[in-house]
Amino acid sequence: MSVTAWIPRDAGALALGAEATVRKLQSEAKAAGVDVTIRRNGSRGLYWLEPLVEVECAEGRIAYGPVTERDVPDLVAKGLLQGAAHALRIGPVEEHPWLATQQRLTFARVGRIDPLDLAAYRASGGYKGLARALDLGPEATVNEILESGLRGRGGAAFPTGIKWQTVLRQPAGQKYVTCNADEGDSGTFSDRMLLEGDPYALIEGMTIAGFAVGATRGYIYLRIEYPHAFKVLVSAISTAREAGLLGDDVLGSGNSFDIEVRLGAGAYICGEETSMLESLEGRRGEVRVRPPLPAEKGLFGAPTVVNNVITLATVPTILAGGAAAYRDFGQAKSRGTLPLQLAGNIRRGGLVERAFGLTVRELLEDYGGGSQSGRPIRAVQIGGPLGAYLPASQFDTPLEYEALSAIGALLGHGGVVAFDDTVDMLEMARYAMEFCAIESCGKCTPCRIGSVRGAEALAAIGRGEDRERQLVLVEELCDTMLNASLCGLGGMTPFPVQSAMKHFPEDFRPRTRGG
Amino acid sequence: MNAVASSAALNEARIVAIVERHRHRDGPLIEVLHEVQADFGCIPSGAVPVIARALNLSRAEVHGVVSFYHHFRTRAPGRHVLQICRAESCQAAGGRAIEAHAQKRLGVGFGETTPDGQVTLDAVFCLGLCACSPAAMFDGEVLGRVTPESLDALIDAGIRVKP
Repeated sequence: MSVTAWIPRDAGALALGAEATVRKLQSEAKAAGVDVTIRRNGSRGLYWLEPLVEVECAEGRIAYGPVTERDVPDLVAKGLLQGAAHALRIGPVEEHPWLATQQRLTFARVGRIDPLDLAAYRASGGYKGLARALDLGPEATVNEILESGLRGRGGAAFPTGIKWQTVLRQPAGQKYVTCNADEGDSGTFSDRMLLEGDPYALIEGMTIAGFAVGATRGYIYLRIEYPHAFKVLVSAISTAREAGLLGDDVLGSGNSFDIEVRLGAGAYICGEETSMLESLEGRRGEVRVRPPLPAEKGLFGAPTVVNNVITLATVPTILAGGAAAYRDFGQAKSRGTLPLQLAGNIRRGGLVERAFGLTVRELLEDYGGGSQSGRPIRAVQIGGPLGAYLPASQFDTPLEYEALSAIGALLGHGGVVAFDDTVDMLEMARYAMEFCAIESCGKCTPCRIGSVRGAEALAAIGRGEDRERQLVLVEELCDTMLNASLCGLGGMTPFPVQSAMKHFPEDFRPRTRGG
Repeated sequence: MNAVASSAALNEARIVAIVERHRHRDGPLIEVLHEVQADFGCIPSGAVPVIARALNLSRAEVHGVVSFYHHFRTRAPGRHVLQICRAESCQAAGGRAIEAHAQKRLGVGFGETTPDGQVTLDAVFCLGLCACSPAAMFDGEVLGRVTPESLDALIDAGIRVKP
């Protein structure tokens, strides 16, 4: 008999032993006389179940997880390859409540197909978006994006259609589409999952953007911490080129578009769009003064679209299904779906794509199942190292742009990091300043000096030295950094610091420390 | 002396060859530096003027880029590189204990190399493995939900592969 099993090649699954599981399953199946074909997919994003093994059966793909190398002999003996019962059997994976309650538009394919299988991409709706865009023409394509309500998913949440419109209206000539894949925020991994799990969606999205604004060249700026994503991207771009989906005659339309991947070199600030452009040009990743906007004068001085991975990978879905269908998801000014990423001290971490509106508590409890340690969740940080800390009293806030902004927080790239009640918020505030000091480019004084002094003052508070004066100093430093830094690194580091001081003042008071 | 001089000439030829491979690209400096580091293990100080001359940039511009990015090294690392994530998600999941364990096991701090030249310990700020924190990477092999035991096993296995 012959059986097909799926095991992710996603870096998260690899980090939990997927390669060893693949090898063991091959050898055990062989010993059992079963002919098994192991195919590799992206991750479904249920990371507490990785490595997740899916076996193709008459009733669909039956999942088992987490399956480590050690579990394989027993599983095979008890009939894993026939979809038989076992303590690790999850059942039909798409019926798992964690997945079944999601609204996966951007991540519709991730985990379902072999990421590099172009035929499978096209068979599941791929390149329908580009075909429709080519029918509509540039102007109407930009209008679709405008009407969909799509806002930049990288963090700034700027309406994507307006960016595209600005670039389209620039005089014809060299223009660029750049993809920001410098996903540096702790607690975020949706770009990585998408790049590793459905790279053609990004390639198609960039191609549509190129056609819409009149650009023939695209760059993907990928962080060097993502070596697995790099391999997948390079391979997918080459396959797309061979298939005539990139190059001089895209999809036989006579339009030209091609993409180059460039690796970053470990600088958090390069996630900011203008410093990313500087870095793409081969320079220090220092921010540029705006105006001019990148849409007017961006990469190499030419009009440039700068969008995040998730934004661009959502474009094909919007074009294929129509703006209205996408706009129907979400609420108020937050339209469509958002791939949230649940991380930190959490029982069931992973990727939750839903229409905007889910509250922090629903995410932490219904999806996350509480903390991994079993202790109460005391704080969450949303939006990366420059995002605010929220106390439990704010957990009923919906995860959408305006609602978070109203409580002085930000959604950023959608990463939510949970901390249990053992967290020392003074230490997290000090760490925020330390991180800023490590990543500061040094160009402006508020960031360069403020972060170092801030970390020193918070460390002194921890030692109980001159506490009151140090607290005043931290407030003053935050005020200066907030108002006088040249860019968001220094300008937003006060968010985690001040929110920690405001919501967890007890951690900044004298106390008896254990240990 | 002659051996040193000729090896410097050889290195210069290698660097110029790398620059030539990237010269046709727009904004090639970082691409050049990536390849120089892949070839030499670091950006040797002698490479800066060679690259500057070949790309018609000032030494200050090249040095400025090398020193801006954490990834570029001016000294070669050990035979192996261990990266421990120090970012928030990993801290929330017990990462501080892993940081301490790695430093104790290797007997060095972050940014340092063991005296025998075997392992360089680096901090990294997010590997994108936050749903399985804490995370680490050893010579490109990723590890999630790191425990002191699994970290030791990863290091031992990596050293066995390339002693």
